[in-house]
Amino acid sequence: MSNELEFLSRRVAAGKLSRRDFLGRAAALGIAAPFANSLLSSAARAAGPVKGGTLKAGLVGGESTNSLDPALMMTQVPFAFGKCWGEMIVELSPDGKLENRIAEEIGSSDDAKTWTLKIRDGVEFHNGKTVTAEDVAATLERHSDEKSKSGALGYMKGIATIKASGKEVVLTLKEANADLPYLLSDYHLIVQPNGGKEKPDAGISAGPYVVKTNEPGVRHGGERFANYWQGDKMGHADQIEVIVINDATARTAALQGGQVNMINRVEPKIVDLIKRVPGVTIRNHAGPGHYVFIMHCNTAPFDNNDLRMALKLAIDREEMLTKVLRGYGSLGNDFPINSSYPLFTEIEQRKYDPDKAKFHYKKSGHDGTVLLRTSDVAFPGAVDASQLFQQSAAKAGIKIELKREPGDGYWNEVWNKQPFCASYWGGRSTQDQMYSTAYLSTADWNDTRFKRPDFDKMVLAARAELDEAKRKQMYHDMAVMVRDEGGLILPMFNQFIDATGAKVDGWVDDPHQELMNGYALAKCWLQA
Amino acid sequence: MKLIAQRIALGILLLLAISVLIFAGTQILPGDVAQAILGQSATPESLANLREQLGLNDPAYVRYFHWLGGVLTGNLGTAMSSGQDIATSIKGRLWNTLFLAFWAAIVAVPLAIILGLIAVRYRNGWVDKLISGLALASTSFPEFFIGYVLVYFFAVKWQIFPGISTVYDGMPFGERMQAIALPATALTLVVLAHMMRMTRAAILNVMQSAYVETAELKGLSAFNVIRKHAFPNAIAPIINVVMLNLAYLIVGVVVVEVIFVYPGMGQYLVDHVTKRDVPVVQAVGLIFAAVYISLNIIADIAAIIANPRLRHPK
Repeated sequence: MSNELEFLSRRVAAGKLSRRDFLGRAAALGIAAPFANSLLSSAARAAGPVKGGTLKAGLVGGESTNSLDPALMMTQVPFAFGKCWGEMIVELSPDGKLENRIAEEIGSSDDAKTWTLKIRDGVEFHNGKTVTAEDVAATLERHSDEKSKSGALGYMKGIATIKASGKEVVLTLKEANADLPYLLSDYHLIVQPNGGKEKPDAGISAGPYVVKTNEPGVRHGGERFANYWQGDKMGHADQIEVIVINDATARTAALQGGQVNMINRVEPKIVDLIKRVPGVTIRNHAGPGHYVFIMHCNTAPFDNNDLRMALKLAIDREEMLTKVLRGYGSLGNDFPINSSYPLFTEIEQRKYDPDKAKFHYKKSGHDGTVLLRTSDVAFPGAVDASQLFQQSAAKAGIKIELKREPGDGYWNEVWNKQPFCASYWGGRSTQDQMYSTAYLSTADWNDTRFKRPDFDKMVLAARAELDEAKRKQMYHDMAVMVRDEGGLILPMFNQFIDATGAKVDGWVDDPHQELMNGYALAKCWLQA
Repeated sequence: MKLIAQRIALGILLLLAISVLIFAGTQILPGDVAQAILGQSATPESLANLREQLGLNDPAYVRYFHWLGGVLTGNLGTAMSSGQDIATSIKGRLWNTLFLAFWAAIVAVPLAIILGLIAVRYRNGWVDKLISGLALASTSFPEFFIGYVLVYFFAVKWQIFPGISTVYDGMPFGERMQAIALPATALTLVVLAHMMRMTRAAILNVMQSAYVETAELKGLSAFNVIRKHAFPNAIAPIINVVMLNLAYLIVGVVVVEVIFVYPGMGQYLVDHVTKRDVPVVQAVGLIFAAVYISLNIIADIAAIIANPRLRHPK
């Protein structure tokens, strides 16, 4: 049976059998549609990409205030379009390994303090200039400048000196960091001629597409770059287009009507409906993003670990996962790391336990209500999740008072200011990055006010450790500490849910970000 | 003439007063533009740097007169969040919004008035009730619902018109018309009933007058009575409500623009409000106010021309 299916799928890939016929025959053989579809796409991948056509994406997360300056990229549309026209120094591959791009080789000194990037020959910018070590160095300089508004500044601050000589860029760090290559895969670090110091928003890099249209908040378009250095791997469609569709219903309608080939952020509550539409494939996969409730460890009443523990035990994670995310996610365990991180280790799952919660609540000596601030912008379904939390906590005798805050200004006025609120984290590519951004005492974004010198020491030690087994153990210990003593309540990790239309092929699930880590337009192709 | 000049002068004064209100309004938004630009990544130093750079440290009245001076010389300033010239980016957006409003109005206004006339002719009969009922129903549904229903049938199910209306420069006229078909229909349905009902009410009001009775007694046909005697005398309130709805087509279409992803002023304004991009919000607010005031002045002037009694006050 499987031989026959394989044969048939190859015929589809070769264009000798229609997709619909194939699905029909697969159904006749008792094969469910999703499996048949996946067979088909692997056959199509094996047959190789098809060149030509216009690939269109309808995406949420674009505004008329967007700019092509990579330093200022924050939302999904500039991110996804950036991956089409921009080329990176190094990139994370879907299996979590590092893939060299403009850097041909990355090496470090034994103490992980000096790093050498060897720049690849013959990579060309869209303006015809060849990419040099100076360009790479200038790019890093621009993003590590204290005055820059770059979203990568937080990580780049750790670089002390940047020097270009010949074909190499040499970086020295203030403190040892074994994860430096991962940091260099940050999506802001698009290599630009002279680092984009003269015209940061010119949209010129060495990616597979040349920017043709740039109407922020409306649409962005690109045309295949004829001299792209990896033309066999990326840039299959002749043209790509990103249409900004912030309204969820309009986005799904555009996919159903065939006006776009792919969309991002399908709402969990409508996934089952979309699945029924012929030709549409839901592309959901786990990622590092998580939905959280954060308590300030230094503000009463949350400065009491028993109270924090009581609240952690009073949340019904499984109910939340099924009701808010409809199962499109995984259970959280009160530390911000899951299996999408390279050095993840399992820790015993915390479960809803009203009795234990009651015990810790009594022990904390606190009585009266606990005020939780929430808003729809904290994460999709945050208000519903907060209400579920309120109900499950009530069963443990803990009264949670909900305050619904306006979405406008939530990130300025509530998040990182108020002691207990709902929030969202997109995750980072390494554990060091995640802990450094939000759990170091000195971090600007330490939104749980978790200030522990012993923890800081562990972060720095793990960062400098090159022995992987030892590092794993260190991260395990750190996770246990955050889980048992921190101010983070993490009920669930969300999945990225994208969807593609009938003719899209070449999709590969990527755990790092939505839309194949932003590369869906650059790496997918349209069936002939 | 004097009366018209008075109206225009009053309009300009009003616009000035509104400019003060807009400026004051944008000052009391929570947070400031520096905070909004930096978002989650704001640190005290970067905030201070950016505030300095954007001139947010000057007192409010200094910034107001600076801004007003710019507006009067046609300089709307640059958007804080993206550094783009506001006048340039608004031009295209305003043109798009006007284009959509124009075609919606071309359909909606004559249709509403004709339907209104028909409703009066067959008042209280089933034709009247059908027209009024349908028009009321279409107005009672929220805009987003009408939009989604149109998208569902015309874009998803039958695939006659595109469900997203991204228009761009240099788009062929035919394609552009196709792109705006659904949003223009949605807008038409939204404003139709108001104008239709107002036309009907205004004419019915006139129908009570003695001269209409005279006309009827003269033996004129029902349509001729309405056309020659009632409609000209009801024109002032009708123009008023038409202008009100035209203004709505330009300044009130945010929801429709969002649903159909139409690159007009509404979407532009929403983006910049969330970014606390004060200069853009002010500029758009002022343009909206100007549209509103000028359409009202036109309505007033038209009423003055249509009604001799207003031209010759006792």
